[in-house]
Amino acid sequence: MGPDIDFTDTPVSTGTTIMAVEFDGGVVIGADSRTSSGAYVANRVTDKLTQISENIYCCRSGSAADTQAIADIVAYSLNYHRNQTNKEPLVCEAASEFRNYCYNYRDSLLAGIIVAGWDEERGGQVYSVPLGGMLTREGCTIGGSGSSYIYGFVKEHYRPGMPMDECIDFVKKAVQHAIYHDGSSGGVVRIGIITKNGMERRLFYNTVTGESTIEGSQSFIN
Amino acid sequence: MSTIGTGYDLSASQFSPDGRVFQIDYASKAVEKSGTVIGIRGKDCVVLAVEEIVVDKLYEVDAARRIFTIEKNIGMAIAGLMADGNFVADIARQEAANFRQQFERTIPLKHLCDRVAGYIHAYTLYSAVRPFGLSVIFASWDETDGPQLYKIEPSGTSFGYYACASGKAKQQAKTEMEKYKFADMSTDELVQSGGKIIYQVNDEVNNKDFRFEMGIVGRETNGVHFINHASWSQLAIEAGKAAKTADGDNEI
Amino acid sequence: MMNNSFAQPMWSNGPSPGQFYNFMGGNAPTQLPRELTTAGPFGTKHSTAAITTGSSVVGIKFDGGVLVAADTLVSYGSLARYQDIQRVFKINNNILLGGSGDFADIQSIKRNIDQKMIEDQCYNDGVIMKPGELASWLTRVLYNRRSRMNPLYIDVVVGGVDETGKPFLGNVDMRGRAYNDYVVATGFGRHLALPLVRERKPKDRDFTFEEATNLIRESMKVLYYRDTRSIPQYTVGICTAADCSIKGPFKVEENWTFAETVKGY
Repeated sequence: MGPDIDFTDTPVSTGTTIMAVEFDGGVVIGADSRTSSGAYVANRVTDKLTQISENIYCCRSGSAADTQAIADIVAYSLNYHRNQTNKEPLVCEAASEFRNYCYNYRDSLLAGIIVAGWDEERGGQVYSVPLGGMLTREGCTIGGSGSSYIYGFVKEHYRPGMPMDECIDFVKKAVQHAIYHDGSSGGVVRIGIITKNGMERRLFYNTVTGESTIEGSQSFIN
Repeated sequence: MSTIGTGYDLSASQFSPDGRVFQIDYASKAVEKSGTVIGIRGKDCVVLAVEEIVVDKLYEVDAARRIFTIEKNIGMAIAGLMADGNFVADIARQEAANFRQQFERTIPLKHLCDRVAGYIHAYTLYSAVRPFGLSVIFASWDETDGPQLYKIEPSGTSFGYYACASGKAKQQAKTEMEKYKFADMSTDELVQSGGKIIYQVNDEVNNKDFRFEMGIVGRETNGVHFINHASWSQLAIEAGKAAKTADGDNEI
Repeated sequence: MMNNSFAQPMWSNGPSPGQFYNFMGGNAPTQLPRELTTAGPFGTKHSTAAITTGSSVVGIKFDGGVLVAADTLVSYGSLARYQDIQRVFKINNNILLGGSGDFADIQSIKRNIDQKMIEDQCYNDGVIMKPGELASWLTRVLYNRRSRMNPLYIDVVVGGVDETGKPFLGNVDMRGRAYNDYVVATGFGRHLALPLVRERKPKDRDFTFEEATNLIRESMKVLYYRDTRSIPQYTVGICTAADCSIKGPFKVEENWTFAETVKGY
């Protein structure tokens, strides 16, 4: 086939690295920014940290179309529920809704989702909803194709109850490692810090120097 | 109720000129005929207590129960028509099951109450249906919300309460309950108060024959709703009978 | 309606052959839940394999009760992904359920069972489900799903005691096949734990609690040594007439010292 230009009819999916860690008072979530279609980078500045409610976000991996659709439906449903009950939805409720869609439509969906957020009842929480549609809570979780390269790193450096700043640094480093080794992950590292005050976004350029732009080499000709 | 409806009382879908829906008023009449039911909220516990008037000695002892379990930790008591009560209990159970299916947790009592109240209200809007002849009391306890108590009227209105009553001796029960400080009460004290109130408001002349029924849910029941729990029911009945014999004029 | 046949309706808006006419305003025929509908004219694709899986479950009967054990791993392919998930559940005061196979399906069936337990409680008639009844119900659900070519990829162990305190132990698999015995196991446990336990069974009597406990420990050790989809941490459900609870997690007692003596291949 020569050069791989099959991407024109392969589905667009976020061959991804996503991650979330609980800390006392909130969660830190992180993701790379690459969306690919086969070997082609369809979007190099994707935002995979998607808002579901005021204090609940999800990290999406798998088919971009599927995960966006599910996130939209769950966000709509939880907003309706919030208006009905006059209460912010709980993270476990959001996770349960995600699971219901992922499980009931497991035959037609390609979606691995991390649900993370903060609520009044249980503080910062992280839930994992992997491919088959199971649901479990974890203190720290990783997902997407890039995650397989950082299991060792995460096992070595994660400990429960890390302070916020350490969590941020930990997530940043982990995602950078994944981006480095995984062809399907790339771009920048997007990080979100969710506390009772909503989410603060941080962005880390994944260049060697950490600068946003890098001066290229001088012209070839001279 | 002032006058008879003069033609405006035949349908739930029509107001009378002075702004009433007579069918709802009549439904309330059905509630007032019923044996007294109370709900009281303590520190870590809620108690539902019912004066079940024995209309026929040929009934089995557990016939026509007026307290139901809706969810693991939710109890419901009714005053009014038994058949309507059974139906609404089932509606409430379905609401609780649907919520659990969607969110994988127990429905908050306020939410359940709003849903059931909405349902009951819908039956006051159409000519093809009659309102429920029911006053419904919901009780629950859980770690996050603590003790919860709500009541729905036949009109579909609902409120949260510290203590509430319905049925024959509603007024007496309310006067009686105002003397207590339920909010600070331990489970045992609350149970005993429940027994006392029901026995005290029982009309000895006309309804001497009655059965005491009790629902209880709280921290000490591990958040499980029990109907006629052996030891706690006994505690309530003993306290009730003692209060009745000591009696004279309703001392606490 | 019309899902399985190419036949045209008898007249426009009329009923299909063998069906009653539904008058306007009447109850429209309700659609079966998606997972229960059978294949359409061109077939329906269903999942063909489990994704997140739990490995062996082992159950042993003793005089007065049962033990059900499983490690706390839920794998993602060969990846030991979720290492701290309990796979033995207390269903009520009489029933233990150990689940292996697709863990999403286990969670799903568990949600169904939990709802049944709430219904049991709502009836308030003092009747609660017994392990034999649950196992029987499971055979119907699982057989039904396999018949629709959409099985639940699970293999479960049901254990407990009945109203007289008599122990029950059984296994139901993804096709609804079921049997009871004094020892049952799923997955690798079938090959490794079953013979191990059977070999030690006295002919004239049941196991004692002590014997059963030791056999569970031995079985979980062997399974850890020889099952690639296992970890050395497990929980044990104990159900007797007096108590029904989940104990643990426990660690497998490992011994690798003889590795020193092995040289060459």
